[in-house]
Amino acid sequence: MGWQIIRAWTVVVYGFMFLPVAVVVLLSFNANQFGSFPMTGVSLHWFQELWNNDAVMRAFRTSLVLGLMTALISTTLGILASLALVRYNIPGRNAITTLLIAPILVPEVVLAVALLLFLNWLGIGKSFALLLAGHVIFTLPFVILVVQARLVSIKRDVEEAALSLGASPVQTFFAVTLPLMLPAVAAGALFAFTISFDDITGTLFWKPGGVETVPTQIFSMLRNSISPEINALGTVMIVMTVGLPLLGAAVARKLAMKGGT
Amino acid sequence: MSVEAREARQPWILLSPALVAVTLLLLVPLMFIVVYSFWLRSAMGADTVGFYLDNWHKTLTDRFYRDILLNTMKIAAITTVICALMGYPAAYFIARSRGNKMVLLLLLMLPFWISYIIRTMSWINILGTSGALNSLLLSLGIISAPIQMLYNEATVILGLVHFLLPFMVLNVYVSLEGIDTNLEDAANSLGATRWQAFTQVTLPLSLPGLAAGGLLCFVLGAGTYITPVILGGPRDAMFANLVFEAIITQLNWPLGSALSLLLLIVLGLLVAVYNRYLGMAQLAKGLG
Repeated sequence: MGWQIIRAWTVVVYGFMFLPVAVVVLLSFNANQFGSFPMTGVSLHWFQELWNNDAVMRAFRTSLVLGLMTALISTTLGILASLALVRYNIPGRNAITTLLIAPILVPEVVLAVALLLFLNWLGIGKSFALLLAGHVIFTLPFVILVVQARLVSIKRDVEEAALSLGASPVQTFFAVTLPLMLPAVAAGALFAFTISFDDITGTLFWKPGGVETVPTQIFSMLRNSISPEINALGTVMIVMTVGLPLLGAAVARKLAMKGGT
Repeated sequence: MSVEAREARQPWILLSPALVAVTLLLLVPLMFIVVYSFWLRSAMGADTVGFYLDNWHKTLTDRFYRDILLNTMKIAAITTVICALMGYPAAYFIARSRGNKMVLLLLLMLPFWISYIIRTMSWINILGTSGALNSLLLSLGIISAPIQMLYNEATVILGLVHFLLPFMVLNVYVSLEGIDTNLEDAANSLGATRWQAFTQVTLPLSLPGLAAGGLLCFVLGAGTYITPVILGGPRDAMFANLVFEAIITQLNWPLGSALSLLLLIVLGLLVAVYNRYLGMAQLAKGLG
């Protein structure tokens, strides 16, 4: 009896989390010219509008480049730091971990203000460079948490075997450690890309005038009114940040099954 | 150099890029705005360097700022309580279910991958004047004209709950998963009812997870900027909106520094109290 209530409650909670998003996706295929209810049919009209909207396409390119560069830098820094934290017994490990995840503990608004004012003082005003610096520092803690969790599961024995068979440390890293770490690298990079691609609060503080990322573009479109085009853009973003990782995971699993015995 | 010394230096070489990044892009900037908050805004040209208490005086005594700070705390607190009430049973269900646990967990992770602004604006499709709910009520003949349900404090809280609920569920789930179910069975076999076993065994043991989820909900909720802009009315500004207003709109950077530091101090105290009693380990568990 009690269990049934908990089950029903859980269904309600999941519905609450997903129904509004499902409506976004549904309405993006709406043929109705106002993009509202009732739906009059299915159409790709709003996606076509997006494709022809220069501002949106520019925002898309900006977000993509920013996300990829953030992922590259953040993952590199994160992997190196995680290796040190997992593989070595260093004094003050907890303090260092806390320091490295500090950017998530500071409210994003405060981080945004501090970085904007400091880099501006150094001569780097609102620019792509500032955006990139902000996204890197904001995504780094997530990369470190994700990568660290995965690195723990790689056994050192394999590396030691390679070393004892005469491989140099560098050879061992590239021939043994890195391939074993690839899932961790991919997970970290994906995480960094997604967070960067979705970020809005910091981005609003750091972006130069006239430059928009996809979220800030949606934000400025919302000021007018909600148009079906925004729903279509939302759907594209969901596909990018949810669909691609799922696809990636599926491909990785398939490859692993082929490669494994 | 000896082999040992090289070995000892290696981790620091690996750590240095990340440590340099955190130092230069977080720690030093935070210290910089502490200094900046004592400068004065100049109407023209660069801000006046010096040691002036004007911004802090304004930040701490202005009624307007104080009211918004209190209101922000209130909204964050209500959001946290609602998240706990909604999230706890769901987390309990996931932790104790057998068959579809993986699916439920995967679904729970999904919102983290969906853009915050899309999840926030999705409520306009539901509650807006031409949204799903109004269309439904109109077609049922319950109302004759659309009602304005959006742009008030309640919808701000709704948006925040929607954004923060997964953090709560995940943290509570992690701590429930760590509890030995035999404990509950043992309480049952010793004559406790299921409800008693829950309130006296499981609930107390899951409090660290509830506290971690609560802390995240509160801190993220209190620091939010976007939700009140999209789902709130003109009078529903939260503290982060004041910061944005000062920094971006008025270009009053010294005042904006003081305002953001006040927010950091208030929320930092909360995190410090939490850390003092529960430690960061629980939080890291839920995040990783």
